[in-house]
Amino acid sequence: MSSSSSYAAPRAPAGWRARVRVPRGTLSLGVATLYMSVIVLIPLAAVVEKAVAQGPGAFFDSVTASGAVSALVITLVASLVVAAIGAVMGTLVAWILARDKFPGQRLVNSLIDLPFALPTIVAGLTLIALYGPRSPFGLHLAYARAGVLLALLFVTLPFVVRAVQPVLIELDPEAEEAAASLGASNATIFRRIVLPSLRPAIASGAALAFARAVGEFGALVLIAGKVQIASIVIFADIESDATQAAASLSVVLLVISLIVLVLLRWPGARNAR
Amino acid sequence: MRVSRPATLSLRAVGLLYLAGLLLLPVGVVLVRTFDHGLGQAWGWMTTPAAISALWLTIAIAAIAVPLNTIFGVGCSLVLVRGRARGRAILDSLIDLPFVVSPVIVGLALILVYGQDGWFGNWFLNNGIRIIYAPAGIVIATVFVSLPFVVREVAPILMEVGEEQEEAAATLGASGWQTFWRVTLPSIRWGVAYGVVLTTARALGEIGAVLVVSSNVAGSTLTLPLLVYQRDSQLGPQAITGAYAAATELIVLSLAVLLLMTLLGSRREVTK
Repeated sequence: MSSSSSYAAPRAPAGWRARVRVPRGTLSLGVATLYMSVIVLIPLAAVVEKAVAQGPGAFFDSVTASGAVSALVITLVASLVVAAIGAVMGTLVAWILARDKFPGQRLVNSLIDLPFALPTIVAGLTLIALYGPRSPFGLHLAYARAGVLLALLFVTLPFVVRAVQPVLIELDPEAEEAAASLGASNATIFRRIVLPSLRPAIASGAALAFARAVGEFGALVLIAGKVQIASIVIFADIESDATQAAASLSVVLLVISLIVLVLLRWPGARNAR
Repeated sequence: MRVSRPATLSLRAVGLLYLAGLLLLPVGVVLVRTFDHGLGQAWGWMTTPAAISALWLTIAIAAIAVPLNTIFGVGCSLVLVRGRARGRAILDSLIDLPFVVSPVIVGLALILVYGQDGWFGNWFLNNGIRIIYAPAGIVIATVFVSLPFVVREVAPILMEVGEEQEEAAATLGASGWQTFWRVTLPSIRWGVAYGVVLTTARALGEIGAVLVVSSNVAGSTLTLPLLVYQRDSQLGPQAITGAYAAATELIVLSLAVLLLMTLLGSRREVTK
């Protein structure tokens, strides 16, 4: 799922391809771009067009309407909280999977991918069953902010774990041993040696979790109740034919996602491994 | 770093309790609740005409979307890694878009293009082709949200494998197709398979984008995830067992997917 990648091809040997004038793969690149355009790019362009079709003033009014602003604030705050909790708990889970040994560990390891395999609507439904009004433990977190956080933590769980786990496994133990032999405490070793090597992985995992949380819909639609999450406000706008308002709020979300995407691909963000 | 026994145990306890409370217990409760009123009633909910057609529609949609994205994914990886064409970097950075676009926005975008009064919607409607509120719209929405998986699995492997074997095949006189089928495809097959599994999981479970472009009518555009949504949010509390029953079907499907992911995941590690 890692999104930071750039495929610089090695140069071809000169001889047997040198006389071809059009670079190899030009036609295929055109076909791939056409497919992307029909499915992804043209529809997204239509959203942007709809948002600004009645002039920048209308777009600005829709985005600064009180409902839209509070939806954006709630969504961003919830996503930041989820990214932060996910960073801590995801690192902890990655740690017990990489450094600990206990019976059933392989099962737990496969379980981590469950949120990617499970339909998000089912994720929401299961959380209501356990933490909703019919909770067997008498917990009532659904239809409130706590329920929203829970659902977002569920769907974003694999991002940090799967980013940190391989780094932890490949981390050279020598530096840790050297520090320990020089009398450093575990807390110091973790803070000064382990954490700095994990930081890029934690950051990119948390950023992916944040991006996913900002746009999440399926896991929230049943559990959010009256909490006005941006994606749910957009859905309600579409249902009530307020297409321009829906498109305007969508453009803001798209810009936020694009910023995260660009930050993730920034050269400095990925070479630290 | 040598962690003391009590510290190890408490870390383990916190991590496992977190996973149990977040993943295992909720899923377990739904599985148990499905059979609260007996096996017969659960089976009844799973075999209503709406539920049966929803299951088949969900499978049919995946059967169209997954091959499309697999062919695109392998082709696009070849273009990005092996091609020399200008503009590859732009396509490469756009591929990830579907991962970060909210599914609801996907639905809205498709309505604005293919719906009534959309960019091309009226042209399609005048020619008798219905896309929005029809299965075609669900297919396009599903293709959109599951588009990057195969590319993101295959491209890094293609990169790692390198070009030497393909060039050797070419100098020995193999045609482009022969080289692809006999040399390239075998070396990337586990990556393709893993990407296909991820694509399938997403295609079977998509709700946000599909909900917007579906008319939610049983028998024509109601998929299994939509059935869960409909039974939980619209049919009232007596249908909750029905929602759990449909969810159980999806849980069984996704556990199968998870099993495949685990198996293919370890194969992929070995071949790398």
